[in-house]
Amino acid sequence: MAPRAWRNGPLSGAGRRGERSASLVRVTTPTLKRTPLYAAHVAANAKLVSFGGWEMPVQYTGGIRAEHEAVRHAAGVFDVSHMGEVQCSGPDAEAFLQHVLSNDVSKMAIGGAQYSMLCNEDGGVLDDLFTYRLAPDRFLTVTNAANHDSDADWLRSQAGDYDVQVDDVASAYAMLAVQGPLARELVQAIADSPLPARMQAAARIILGHEALVCGTGYTGEDGVELLLDPADAPAIWEELLRRGAVPCGLAARDTLRLEVCYPLYGNDLSSDRNPIEAGLGWACKENTGFIGSDAVRRARQDGTAQKLVPFKIDGPGIARQGNPVVGGGEVTSGTMSPSLGVGIGMAYLPTERAQVGERFEIDVRGKLRTAVVASRPLYDKEIDGPRQLSG
Amino acid sequence: MAPASYPDDLLYHPDHDWARVEDDVATFGITWFAQDALGEVVFFDPPEVGSSVTVGKFYAEVESVKAVSDVIAPLSGEIVEVNTALADTPEAINEDPYGAGWMVRVKLSDSGQVDGLLDSDAYQATL
Repeated sequence: MAPRAWRNGPLSGAGRRGERSASLVRVTTPTLKRTPLYAAHVAANAKLVSFGGWEMPVQYTGGIRAEHEAVRHAAGVFDVSHMGEVQCSGPDAEAFLQHVLSNDVSKMAIGGAQYSMLCNEDGGVLDDLFTYRLAPDRFLTVTNAANHDSDADWLRSQAGDYDVQVDDVASAYAMLAVQGPLARELVQAIADSPLPARMQAAARIILGHEALVCGTGYTGEDGVELLLDPADAPAIWEELLRRGAVPCGLAARDTLRLEVCYPLYGNDLSSDRNPIEAGLGWACKENTGFIGSDAVRRARQDGTAQKLVPFKIDGPGIARQGNPVVGGGEVTSGTMSPSLGVGIGMAYLPTERAQVGERFEIDVRGKLRTAVVASRPLYDKEIDGPRQLSG
Repeated sequence: MAPASYPDDLLYHPDHDWARVEDDVATFGITWFAQDALGEVVFFDPPEVGSSVTVGKFYAEVESVKAVSDVIAPLSGEIVEVNTALADTPEAINEDPYGAGWMVRVKLSDSGQVDGLLDSDAYQATL
């Protein structure tokens, strides 16, 4: 057996036909960063992989399917400490973020959260981000691990005329995502006061430690994300597991997010794509004049040549990132959906073919697989979720 | 998932494939180590009956949630049967890699090739 293709970049040394597969799970280099929970992951026999410059758990011993199911039906906890944080503070913090972020930052109340793009002048997406307003003049923005350094550099380089302090605070935070229908009550049981609602953020005491609790996530389930002092993270992680949260790795995080069509930077988003073709026009408010807003406005008015669509494979097989679409376009994410039992994914298709129900063919390593454009989300809890038996 | 095992009655290829040789026909599959490295198998794309396989070359694809891998032939010959049950139950490759997880049966073209394979102890020494 020889591993061929890992999404999100092949592991160094692995991936060529005929090579020993030992490298599939064992190759790590000393330059990879480790989270404060690294020792806990090793002790739990997690499979560790390189991701965005970090050595991260891709799955634990129970397997991806069990982790995925735990989040859909109970509660799972993810170590997402690889994600970065940038704090912007000062009198012009709001004006500065309004200049660089695609959404309308002025609409964010204190304790509010907002999703936005960081765009270049051409409207290309540099990163997709959640920003929390911690105080009138203080904001915390969470970055994708692989983009963190370039995001921080970009923000600093744009700050010139603003009275704002841009601080890379990534090393000050560990981050846990507790997700699933039971996630809130699990965290609530060790919190000092009611948790913030969805899309809200607030400081709380968790297990005796200060934490920023955010009603956000990347799974399509209810839950919270905890921003913690790295020194406090292991104790909180252990307590969440003791209370029944299932430790979940990046593989389940990927299947969960793809089922609900959340884009992944580096797969579905890139600096070659604008937010309109990625279906993220709702997170762009061009009248704020953000960097790239002219290009985004043009794309919205004129339309784009391609559009990102979710799809299901009709029949056997799984399309993967990079598989070409016959007639133009390509798959940017693809996996087997644990909830639906079929191959799913997202692809850029020529706009005229990007209609729900449209059938198209994907060249999966030389074999043509038929796919159908589906509506968002691919997994709908109300339709596809477990039903309560009545009577 | 079953605990690690490498049955003594099988022969092994260093690319983590096994062969159960019975006269001039052999059954192929992947080893416990391979299925463990791969993780949960969600799709097996079988080759066609009648096609030929060559020792050291891939003859099928097996997919886990995250990865696509080639399955390497431990011996050369012609495929006489494929495990069609794996279309519906690819997880058998994880749960029973030497039993229900078998992949193909091959009529061997050169039974002398078995001398190039490893026994259980020699294979385990490579892990």
